[in-house]
Amino acid sequence: MIRSLAQRKKMKVRLSYLALVPFLVFFMFPLYWMLITSFKTDTEITSLKGIPLIIQSKPTLAHYKKIFFKEKLPLWFKNSFIITGLVTLITMLISISAAYALTRMRFFGSQPLGIGTFLTYLVPPTLLFIPFYKVVGTLGLLNTKWSLLFIYPTATVPFCTWILIGYFSAIPRQLDEAAFVDGASYFQMLTRVFLPVATPGLIAATMFAFTVSWANFLYPLAYIYRHDEQVLTAGIYTSLIKGDVYFWGELMAAALVASVPVVVLFAFLMDYYIAGLTQGTIK
Amino acid sequence: MAKVVIEKLSKNFDRVEAVKNFELDIGDREFVVLVGPSGCGKSTTLRCVAGLEEVTAGEIYIGDQMVNDLPPRDRNIAMVFQDYALYPHMSVYQNMAFGLKLRKYAKAEIAQRVREAAQILGIEELLHRKPRELSGGQRQRVAVGRAIVRKPSVFLFDEPLSNLDAKLRVQMRAELSKLHQQLQTTIIYVTHDQVEAMTMGTKIVIMKDGEIQQVGTPMEVYEYPVNLFVGGFIGSPAMNFIPAKIVSKNSKLYLDAGSFELLVPSKKEKYLQGKTNEEVIFGMRPENMQDKSFAEKSLEGSPVKTVVEVVEPLGNEVQLFVTSGEHSLVARVDPRTQARISEEIELVLNIDKIHIFEKEPPHFRVKTEERS
Amino acid sequence: MGYWMVLPLVLLIIGLVVYPFFYSILLSFKDKGETKFVGLRNYERLINYGTFWLVVGNSFRFTLTAVFFKATLGLMLALILNNLPFRGQRIWRGVSLIPWVMPLALSSLGWWWVFEPTHSALDWVLVQLGGTPKPWLSNPFWARIGCIITNIWFGTPFFMIMYLAGLKSIPQSLYEVAEIDGARALQRFRYVTFPMLGKLIAITVMFSTIVTFANFDIVWILTHGGPRYTTHMFGTYAFNIGIETGNLPRGAAIALFMFPVLGISAFFILRNIARGET
Repeated sequence: MIRSLAQRKKMKVRLSYLALVPFLVFFMFPLYWMLITSFKTDTEITSLKGIPLIIQSKPTLAHYKKIFFKEKLPLWFKNSFIITGLVTLITMLISISAAYALTRMRFFGSQPLGIGTFLTYLVPPTLLFIPFYKVVGTLGLLNTKWSLLFIYPTATVPFCTWILIGYFSAIPRQLDEAAFVDGASYFQMLTRVFLPVATPGLIAATMFAFTVSWANFLYPLAYIYRHDEQVLTAGIYTSLIKGDVYFWGELMAAALVASVPVVVLFAFLMDYYIAGLTQGTIK
Repeated sequence: MAKVVIEKLSKNFDRVEAVKNFELDIGDREFVVLVGPSGCGKSTTLRCVAGLEEVTAGEIYIGDQMVNDLPPRDRNIAMVFQDYALYPHMSVYQNMAFGLKLRKYAKAEIAQRVREAAQILGIEELLHRKPRELSGGQRQRVAVGRAIVRKPSVFLFDEPLSNLDAKLRVQMRAELSKLHQQLQTTIIYVTHDQVEAMTMGTKIVIMKDGEIQQVGTPMEVYEYPVNLFVGGFIGSPAMNFIPAKIVSKNSKLYLDAGSFELLVPSKKEKYLQGKTNEEVIFGMRPENMQDKSFAEKSLEGSPVKTVVEVVEPLGNEVQLFVTSGEHSLVARVDPRTQARISEEIELVLNIDKIHIFEKEPPHFRVKTEERS
Repeated sequence: MGYWMVLPLVLLIIGLVVYPFFYSILLSFKDKGETKFVGLRNYERLINYGTFWLVVGNSFRFTLTAVFFKATLGLMLALILNNLPFRGQRIWRGVSLIPWVMPLALSSLGWWWVFEPTHSALDWVLVQLGGTPKPWLSNPFWARIGCIITNIWFGTPFFMIMYLAGLKSIPQSLYEVAEIDGARALQRFRYVTFPMLGKLIAITVMFSTIVTFANFDIVWILTHGGPRYTTHMFGTYAFNIGIETGNLPRGAAIALFMFPVLGISAFFILRNIARGET
């Protein structure tokens, strides 16, 4: 091998890009397929002629118009935003206080509580939804979006708490102590020193709470039947199939539009998201 | 064992010239130390010799073979890293055997070599432990052991003692020197610590900003630093530097430093004659500045009146931080000194040991003696 | 003071996790009308019911296959991305995460359309490449594969991002020493990369096993459990029986069958983490 070290390194990079291609094709293909379908006319969607992988006749906005004006998409957006927003807020309040107490305060039971939080993973939504059905019914919240308000946190709080524990324990106690020595009260230390330093963790946890709540499908499917009260995920699935007819154009358009908030959030705060995921497990 | 020849080595990272035109001949069995401040290019040079970096220009020969295009594994080298880089999931034995195992040595041969090396380093009892169970010093020995078993042509050390505490460092310095004697190998050693360089190397290469400043034995670079940088880098506490003007008074030469004057000794006059009325920087090592009350009478020198700022008693000597006019100086004086803070003290400078440096960069040293 | 701060969390865990869990056990002992206790009858009925064992088999097959591929592909992708220069790595790492970030229920709709019998884009590509179209959602074998593919699409990015972070935590000097010792690329992977990632691999696989086992969205949207119950997992079957047919107690029994598997996985995770603390 006459090739020098530098040449070999360049080859390695080029080969890596080459190897990356099949993965990217795999990952992007369904999204691409969804995208072009949402712009195709109904006739083109159902026809079997030509090359389906491109838009052959004129692209159309008909499907997008339909979901916004003829279907209940805006209503579902509103419901999703309300519930997700409130759940995120509730989650952060619970998680931040719990994580802070567990990392900064020594008290009997903090160890087992940490493990207990993790163990809630053993009781997944596919198990919890059944007893919740009874609970929700008893509370008279069946068929309303408010049923989700106290159920969603079971999916978000454990993970967010765990992420925050990771971030909080990485902040050295000396920082708190320096603030006290400088004359800060407990509250001032929290608001001016601790929480600002923990901001990346707070952002990551908020993003997760938002993403998980937004994407939840099982619970709204199980508890809400009125289209007015439905959230995006379940609403799109249940409403856009009328009898045996699948409105693929609308389905794809709606699926994409409903994904936008989460993907946009991710695009802007990607580094926080990734850091939140990975910081815990690498310890 | 082999000699190493580096010719016109240059290494650039993007547009940064990390190593410029490095040339060095390392004889077989020499212990060469590359020393300099961070960023001077010493590690980069070492890594080029190892093959971990691609050279931008120049040639490296190990033995008689040009190794530029050879990957590290084919250069017959071994390297000890600053963080030891021991395989965490392997035992000490496996760590040391790994290189030999990859090269398909016989099991018996491997066992023998590992045992030998372990014996030399005193780590026979640790062979079955994992790295995380070892102390820093022990890990370092394992890292050295791993290099020894390979019986390479050249040993490369990249700041191996930097992660050890001070006491351990002193101990390991001696052990590495002994090892060199025992194994009779060629060693290239990189460090930023000039004490390590002085105590271990047979040849020191001082680097700054990617360029070699001086190559020489420890005593050579100490007594005859080629420029101001080397003068200030080698020796601790560092050499005192004082700007002065060479003036002629009553047909004698003086170094006029503003707040004091030094008479140039007759045997140095001929070297400085041509520099009359020039501004220079002269250097004086702290140990060559004595408390007048306790100085040897034979010392040639003019006394300098100074004011004491800080007194640091070290037991065997006292370090004084003094000022004379706008000059701040450090002196290592007899422990019986009566110096006190804010009081005046007269220091005698050993003018024989003076170093004269040019005022303009790169501040070359002016020859002021004949060397044998 | 600390007690007050963890109180909401404790209340949530006890009230919304522990209590429902025990309540579901209680529920599983009741009859369909939820009026009287029938002991283990629900469980008996399930064990004697062929469909139930279809569900068990499918759940295990689905989980093991999917997790294996997700972990392997995730590791491969992480290794590839790790070779790229910084800016490229950051971009493609982000792009590769999109399948995992996008709400699963919505991307499943997209996959549903990809697999749609008459208009499948996948079939079209297969035919162009000289193959034959597959009965994606109407044939048990292909339906299961379809679900697994979708799950792999969704879950691989998670493994990728974890392993990528893991790769970065391996000190470069370890690779350099191995190179000097004589190890070639594949050997460096075997003796340095893989052992160093060992614990991370174990943890991610265990986590993914739990989540994949308890999966709902993909199967529900793609096949609704069909054809003829061959793609059902515990979650979807429990929904089918519990809510769609109105037999909540039996649905509870089905869902509870998941628990042992989840418990064992969690035990291994905890043990791994505990070992890591030493």
